[in-house]
Amino acid sequence: MITLLTYDHSLDGFFTAVFEVYEYKIEKAEIRKEALEKPALFYGLHRVITDPKKAERVFKKLKMLLGEKGIHQIIYSLLTEDEHCERPILEVIKYAIANPEKKVLSNMTNQSVLKLERYTKQVGREKHRMEAFVRFRLITDQIYFAEIEPDFNVMPIIAKHFAQRYQDQKWLIFDQKRQYGLFYNLQTVETVEMDFSDKTKDLEMLGNDEDLYQNLWRTYFDKTNIKARKNTRLHIQHVPKRYWKYLTEKQPF
Amino acid sequence: MNFERINEKLSILADAAKYDVSCSSSGSNRKNKNKGLGDASGMGICHSYTEDGRCVSLLKILLTNVCIYDCAYCVTRKSNDIKRAAFTVQEVVDLTINFYRRNYIEGLFLSSGIFKDANTTMERLVAVAKKLRLEQNFNGYIHLKSIPGATDELMKEAGLYADRLSVNLELPTVEGLKLLAPDKNRQDMINPMTFVKNEIILYQDEKRRFKKSPKFAPGGQSTQMIIGATPETDLQIIHTANDFYKDFNLKRVYYSGYIPVSQDARLPSLQSQVPMLRENRLYQADWLMRFYGFRADEILDVKKPFLELDVDPKLGWALRNLDFFPLNIQTADFHAILRIPGVGVKSAWKIVEGRKFTKLNLQHLQKMGVAVNRAQHFISFANSFIKTNLLQQHNLKDIILGTVKSKYQTHYSAQLSLF
Ligand code: SF4
Repeated sequence: MITLLTYDHSLDGFFTAVFEVYEYKIEKAEIRKEALEKPALFYGLHRVITDPKKAERVFKKLKMLLGEKGIHQIIYSLLTEDEHCERPILEVIKYAIANPEKKVLSNMTNQSVLKLERYTKQVGREKHRMEAFVRFRLITDQIYFAEIEPDFNVMPIIAKHFAQRYQDQKWLIFDQKRQYGLFYNLQTVETVEMDFSDKTKDLEMLGNDEDLYQNLWRTYFDKTNIKARKNTRLHIQHVPKRYWKYLTEKQPF
Repeated sequence: MNFERINEKLSILADAAKYDVSCSSSGSNRKNKNKGLGDASGMGICHSYTEDGRCVSLLKILLTNVCIYDCAYCVTRKSNDIKRAAFTVQEVVDLTINFYRRNYIEGLFLSSGIFKDANTTMERLVAVAKKLRLEQNFNGYIHLKSIPGATDELMKEAGLYADRLSVNLELPTVEGLKLLAPDKNRQDMINPMTFVKNEIILYQDEKRRFKKSPKFAPGGQSTQMIIGATPETDLQIIHTANDFYKDFNLKRVYYSGYIPVSQDARLPSLQSQVPMLRENRLYQADWLMRFYGFRADEILDVKKPFLELDVDPKLGWALRNLDFFPLNIQTADFHAILRIPGVGVKSAWKIVEGRKFTKLNLQHLQKMGVAVNRAQHFISFANSFIKTNLLQQHNLKDIILGTVKSKYQTHYSAQLSLF
């Protein structure tokens, strides 16, 4: 008999669900994001109400059992937004709780451990890509503005990189897929939710040199290429086509 | 800013700088200070890739392509009939800052033709770095080319502002240099390298004692050699690289397949192909020495002075040393596991960790990222019934090559005939 626990997509929500699996001694548990369609076959339904206190206790316990690396892997796995990502995470948590003396994360022969490794690698790669592929353009109010459509929900984990790097300019990075963004106002970084779909055009009202710098960048990109070494396969492998939309150097002159 | 003029200069000076293959922005540890612009810590980022598949990390340009020298392998050489241009210091600063603010680049890689003499040229390069650091509070990555013959004082200033310094050896041997760049000499290249190496050691020592002491070229030094312009063997190249890694603590040696730029009796013809496969094999050999514990003389020797083109150097070594195999995956030493074809550094670690939990099988290895169709021939498993071992077969090489397709296959058939 499987019990379905639904939660609100948040990290605290997920940890609360883990807490309740143990609290109510649910043996066959499936943790699932609330908004998703329920699977056809399940028996018990348990709606988890996020409780920061319970979440905190789970967090501490897991940090002790799995270390920083384990927490990191759990967070990254959840950011995949994969429909079933909670399954291997819960498996690993159960495995760790049942074997407190073992370093379970180094068991590279366990399917769930490997799955978390893979998720972490995928999200890590996407984070790295976004740190590379964000292209700012200078818009009104001296804001450097970029749009992205990452495969995974990496905004929470790229914030730090941009906050450290760009401290003396206002910037806004907006995830068009998930419709939220990060805005740095020269003091702090905050999450913003707004509808950019038609406002972007007004934002572009710029009387500055933006277009010219974009052209210079395209010139550079073109000239630094060595034609005698052309290797399109490698190029596309590194810069898959789905990212071209927002890459300045990939737009025609 | 006159954009049209800048655009023209950028076209010329990026085009002239593109032959320097290094674009790395790694190895430094510069933090963003006082709410300034940028940082340069950690791995470095490739912001894009050119259509030839190379990383674009830095704005890589020459300050000027006016040069008093006439090195045969170089497009910038004095006798070449090309358009010349020169940036002002301020123009380079503006370009760097504006590209950096838009997240196009990690920083600047500035090199130059030698337009008057070594010191005047070096002075100008240093002026750019100084301006970026002191006037713009720029903490992004700066790689400066050390101009052979520049004074120690200038090199010292360069190291205070730059993350990385490099002198290109240009050709793997002194004889090659004599032939193609008779006005240059190896010693002028070695002097600044030696100076920088010693300063780095000095500053690191100081840093250990006084937390606040300044940085000196925290990203270290690198160099580049042109491959295939002169008739050196791979053995000579690998040994030169090995010596320079040892003697100068170099972070990287880059190998740059010669791209024909001139009709000159001393050089391969304009029609010859870029030796990309050979270049790739040299990088593989370089990796084996730096990360896999291979010695130069294990990879090549006098009787066999060229790397094989049909197999990578690691597989080549394995095929020549079959009695080292099969290795028992359950018990073999980490360093031995590193020598199995198809096993990388990461998967070697996973094997060593994973086998503590269970007896490993082929599926496990596959999940860990091992290229099993290659590795399986060199491995034995704890009490396994599967007999995967084909070591005794004469045609092991063909069996392995039959299962893996080289990405260079097309180059390979065309280039093989050259050797
Ligand atoms: S000195 Fe440098 S830029 Fe000048 S010709 Fe020789 S290699 Fe080229």
